Amino acid sequence: MGPLRVSRKWRAAMLKLKNLQAGYGQMKVLHGVDLTISDGEIVALLGSNGAGKSTLNNNLSGVYKPTGGQILFEGQDITGMRSESVVDLGIVQVPEGRRIFPNMSIRENLELGSYRRGKERRTENIDKVVAIFPRLKERFGQLAGTLSGGEQQMLAIGRAMMSEPRLLILDEPSLGLSPLLVEEMFSLIQSLNKEGLSIFLVEQNVMQSLEIADRAYVMENGSVVLSGAAADLIDDPDLKKSYLGL
Amino acid sequence: MEFLGITLPSYGWPTIAGSAISGVFLGSIYALVALGLTLIYGVLHIINFAHGALLMLAMYAVYFLWSTFGIDPYLAMLIVVPGGFFFGYGLQRFVIGKASHGRDEIILLVTLGVSIVIENAALFFFSATERSVRVPYDLDGIDLGVTWAVYPELAALGGSFLITLALWVFMSRTDTGKAIRAVAKERQGAQLMGINVEHIFAVTFGIGVACVAAAASLLVPTYAVHPQIGSLFVLIAFTVVVLGGMGSFVGALVGGFLIGITEQLGRLYLGESLGVITISVIFILVLLFRPTGLFGAKS
Ligand SMILES: Nc1ncnc2c1ncn2[C@@H]1O[C@H](COP(=O)(O)OP(=O)(O)OP(=O)(O)O)[C@@H](O)[C@H]1O
Ligand SMILES: [Mg+2]
Repeated sequence: MGPLRVSRKWRAAMLKLKNLQAGYGQMKVLHGVDLTISDGEIVALLGSNGAGKSTLNNNLSGVYKPTGGQILFEGQDITGMRSESVVDLGIVQVPEGRRIFPNMSIRENLELGSYRRGKERRTENIDKVVAIFPRLKERFGQLAGTLSGGEQQMLAIGRAMMSEPRLLILDEPSLGLSPLLVEEMFSLIQSLNKEGLSIFLVEQNVMQSLEIADRAYVMENGSVVLSGAAADLIDDPDLKKSYLGL
Repeated sequence: MEFLGITLPSYGWPTIAGSAISGVFLGSIYALVALGLTLIYGVLHIINFAHGALLMLAMYAVYFLWSTFGIDPYLAMLIVVPGGFFFGYGLQRFVIGKASHGRDEIILLVTLGVSIVIENAALFFFSATERSVRVPYDLDGIDLGVTWAVYPELAALGGSFLITLALWVFMSRTDTGKAIRAVAKERQGAQLMGINVEHIFAVTFGIGVACVAAAASLLVPTYAVHPQIGSLFVLIAFTVVVLGGMGSFVGALVGGFLIGITEQLGRLYLGESLGVITISVIFILVLLFRPTGLFGAKS
């Protein structure tokens, strides 16, 4: 593992947040966040409830417009870009709470994942997704709203994969899953990453996230308070103090 | 027979069947108007108060296409349906959507405002005069045994059926149709998949208005056009939507037919003015026993 991690440090920056500020109306939530994700990395963003993690994701994904700072993707300024264009660039978010289409079948959910890509490689990509998640195949015609929480999370990830992402943003993918499924989820994230997908992993599951991440950021009240190589952070006393309150 | 102290006339079975069948024809138009209303409600979660005014506008368009260019009202569908779509698309995207900043209560008021503007403009430009289209075949028809159905009635039923079918295929087979259904239930999830929600809202509104325009074509051969005609129909369409279940396609269809038949039977037994209250009675009964409407999702 050692040499691999070192080599990754030399990869080109894929996504760069510079002094990103965002909020809702008068309320400021992000107070100038700097963050980098390099090509092929798993970067974890940790922080307790209300720290501003989802706010950051949704400003990245074009759901909200940042009030200040810059978002660069491969050198291109994408600050405030519309969601469609963000997806076109290959940045796709699996949101907190999954947000699958409950009134539609699993097949239709997956099809809509490739809405921006069109029908060209749709069948092919559906085959790839169900190879990763065989459970979805068994329930292809079933309404997504009737799936269990774990299955819905798989569907949400599968749906995002349909858009052929290069950077996958996962907002608390382990939320509400049983310990066994959490384990499964993290190893899935790892294997997606091994196939070349860069991953931005937003989590509250600190230890497990640090085990699979290359680097991590810890956010508190809308600011990054700690960052570094995941391997170093695992033993960092500051992390235990600031995040776990020990 | 007595009903609320009124002695009801007794009719033979052919008269009753005839009345019910004409209710089916009328109901198919109600269904079409309600379909647009329920679609817009289901996706944008608002009642489009401009629906009636848009129906009236479309009826005028059909009328003027006939009176100025001699275009047959049914043929006019080829013009007013796409026209209605683009008008509705633009109205939502550049007026209603822009003015409301995504706040539902404002959208509601904006559609109300739009309807007032359209109705007053119609009154100003077209005056309150009733105008009717005369088609050479409006009294011809076929013998159904118990009753006689004129071609405009058959066209209303057939046209509504075909449009509903086309809409159903569109909603279940195309990417845009699926995106509409996705946005209806999960806006942010749809946006994160790269679906342009404002565009989808506008497409939905456009389809709603296109339904209304189709209904206008089917109505004009039998109904006179005047600036108030829209309010009449939209009130019934609203009843249909609530009766069928807000946002439900099947509900709009079944509700449309149910209201159409009820209205015609009510007219037969209670007379022109009193007959219409049967709609309200059914409406209240359904809401008492099934508040979500006949096909509405239980929430
Ligand atoms: N849509 C919104 N409108 C207004 N305020 C919001 C909205 N979403 C989040 N907030 C507020 O912004 C702050 C940060 O919320 P955010 O959801 O980004 O936190 P988070 O780190 O994702 O928390 P969690 O771990 O609980 O998901 C909170 O105070 C929250 O109340
Ligand atoms: Mg969150």
